[in-house]
Amino acid sequence: MDLLLETLSKIGFMFALIMGMVVVLIWMERKGAAFIQDRTGPNRAAIGGVRLAGLVHPIADVFKLLFKEDVAPEDRHRGLYNLAPWIVMTIALSTYAVIPFGDHLTVAGKQIPLVVADLNVGLLYILAVAGLGTYGVVMGGWAANNKFGFLGAIRATSQMISYEISMGLALMGLVMVFGSLQLTEIVAGQGDLLFGFLPRWGVVVQPLGFVIFITAVYAETNRTPFDLPESDSEIVAGYHLEYSSMKFALFFMAEYAHMVIGAALIATFYFGGFQIPWLPRPVLEAHAGTLLTIKLVGVLVASLAIAALFMRRVRNERNKFGDARDREPVLGVAFWLVLAAGAAGGLLMGPWNIGPVGADLMATFFQVTAFTVKLVFFAWLFIWVRWTLPRFRYDQLMYLGWKVMIPLGLANLVVTALVMAFV
Amino acid sequence: MTDDVKITNRGWESQDHASEMKSELLELNMGPQHPATHGVLRLLLQTDGEIVYKVTPVVGYLHRCTEKIAEGVDYKQWIVYTDRFDYLAPVTNNHAYVTAVEKLADLAVPERAEHLRIVTAELSRIASHLIALATFGLDMGAWTPLLYCFREREEILNLLERIAGGRMLYNYMVPGGVRYDVPKDNWVADVLEFVTMLENKKLPDYNTLLTYNKIFIERTSDVGIISKETAFDYGCTGPVLRGSGVKFDCRRDDPYSLYDRFDFEIPVGMGEMGTVGDCWDRYIVRVREIEQSCRIIRQALETLPEGPYGTLELKKPVKVPAGAAYSRTEAAKGEMGHYIIADGGAKPFRNKVRSCSFCNLQVVEKVGVGLMVSDLVALVGSLDIVLGEIDR
Repeated sequence: MDLLLETLSKIGFMFALIMGMVVVLIWMERKGAAFIQDRTGPNRAAIGGVRLAGLVHPIADVFKLLFKEDVAPEDRHRGLYNLAPWIVMTIALSTYAVIPFGDHLTVAGKQIPLVVADLNVGLLYILAVAGLGTYGVVMGGWAANNKFGFLGAIRATSQMISYEISMGLALMGLVMVFGSLQLTEIVAGQGDLLFGFLPRWGVVVQPLGFVIFITAVYAETNRTPFDLPESDSEIVAGYHLEYSSMKFALFFMAEYAHMVIGAALIATFYFGGFQIPWLPRPVLEAHAGTLLTIKLVGVLVASLAIAALFMRRVRNERNKFGDARDREPVLGVAFWLVLAAGAAGGLLMGPWNIGPVGADLMATFFQVTAFTVKLVFFAWLFIWVRWTLPRFRYDQLMYLGWKVMIPLGLANLVVTALVMAFV
Repeated sequence: MTDDVKITNRGWESQDHASEMKSELLELNMGPQHPATHGVLRLLLQTDGEIVYKVTPVVGYLHRCTEKIAEGVDYKQWIVYTDRFDYLAPVTNNHAYVTAVEKLADLAVPERAEHLRIVTAELSRIASHLIALATFGLDMGAWTPLLYCFREREEILNLLERIAGGRMLYNYMVPGGVRYDVPKDNWVADVLEFVTMLENKKLPDYNTLLTYNKIFIERTSDVGIISKETAFDYGCTGPVLRGSGVKFDCRRDDPYSLYDRFDFEIPVGMGEMGTVGDCWDRYIVRVREIEQSCRIIRQALETLPEGPYGTLELKKPVKVPAGAAYSRTEAAKGEMGHYIIADGGAKPFRNKVRSCSFCNLQVVEKVGVGLMVSDLVALVGSLDIVLGEIDR
């Protein structure tokens, strides 16, 4: 019963993290694209005048897609057509089962590892499950009975299969270094220091493997420069061309969920997962009180500063729009002042002396935060690359996958083996 | 599968097992609603998977009988219709038409008007080339250059709005001059400032972002090669012809207006990244033409003479004697020709337009065979067609 409750709550946390990240990523994609392209980006959707810099748009999108008519081609394969988006989404979500998002949390004297399923073959599980997502794409492209969708499905299949191999090869180097297929072990191994000052992150011990892996991940997630399955200027939208309404939304969300996986995998394998460099778990626990105090002071100062900025907007732009949007700065001041008050209240309670339970909780909190920060950074990298680079052609993609990345991956394995044998 | 078709430029040959395996070609309708056909062009493709066996452009979705309309309106009234041919560079279309009418009516154009014509036409050319770069980048999957190019085009639209009153369709030139003089609010200085900014800041930006991007070069070099002979056979003109390495430009080789007074070069494709006449060559020709247009604008504005900007009263119709005249000008997309037969009345007897995009597009049928679908998109994008001009 305890185990069930524990697992369910961890699944719930992971699900909330991913779906929250999907919403944030959609916002980040739009605002990031706008930032890169020198424009403003979405800022129209509002709740009672509060626009949250465009964060309301994903919510508006969800409602739009939910209530939209589901237009489907008449001569589709009904079963597969309906199944495809669910397969894509389910597979995207199930990869997270083995990704550790923190070390452990002590609840009622019991240490709970912060990973949904700590499989001893976690790495193989990821490779296996990631490949399954192809089925949804192929089904979607084929069942819709559209030629562009069909071409997109073919592209997606060949691309995902070719890049699976180099991805696996890159990860094998990592497995050799850390000596385990278990993701918690790999992350634990990255907590050490190399030569006493360098974090023993995957990217430090496997630089070439990292380059191969990140390329393969971009290809697996169908993001630019490898977004051939849905290349909008050639085959219009590829495999999800004939999908509309919530079925399209599932494909759309799955793309972002894949991005979150991609970012989480890069962070876990090559950037130490939840590990904070130079601050291993015992140090975190020992200094939890000090860190919490610093954090609270930081939050207090930052929220007061932001509240002051909003205050200026209240003064200067009292009747800027002449409608509900004028309420935005007032509510902003209120929100940040409440946050500042919370931080001040926390400081009054003496956070420098929080006891062992509090220390454990705070250490976990910092580690989960570290993981999330890395996740967001690599997700931003996806967006950054997408709005900078053009896309490859089909045959160039295959060339890169089979003739460049697989030999490089093999060379990486050999070099790793030699270094491990002789150094 | 038809055995006689051989695709050689990807090392793909008709193989023996093809006759055993029953397979058929895929008929693919690209357009008329497709993001990469730059308007309402329909490309009827026969492909074997991704490789194109046959491509047939189907045009006519935007036909507006403009040439027939010309027979029903007088010479000046038709200028507004010329704007709508190549709607991305309308001033160059005006230029082609008014030159023909001036030839027929033997009208002299004051020097100030010629300078203003050149400046606005070159600004229009830059605007058109910016869109060509932008949409070509978009066809290759690069989104951001599109927005950057449109940002700069916006500046040109603002400048042209100040002198001509319109933002998209200017109706700026009239036989014997231009419609409006330079506005009094520092327009010349603003144009010069914009031109300098474009040359020194923006074009290097595009070059680093798109032109010399490795993926972009991979996608466009050695793709869709139009040889010199093919370009001649199909009557290609403009950047398409120059991309194939032919140094021909009406502005230099058959000078009209005052182009022979200005110092500029004619960029040609040199096969820097692959073969002469590939998509990258056509692209880089446009980038370099923007630089040359900037040079022309600067020279024309620095030597802008004082004087009248038109010889005719605006409201009076042009008197054209009976006869025929053909004028050719270098529009943004190639050689724009107007052939007018006049019968001495207020309206022309016949007006035939030789539009550059129409001729340039035909080459797709030959060069497109054997390319992949993505390459075909690159080819069509590099031709820089405008459907308003193809269908008229």
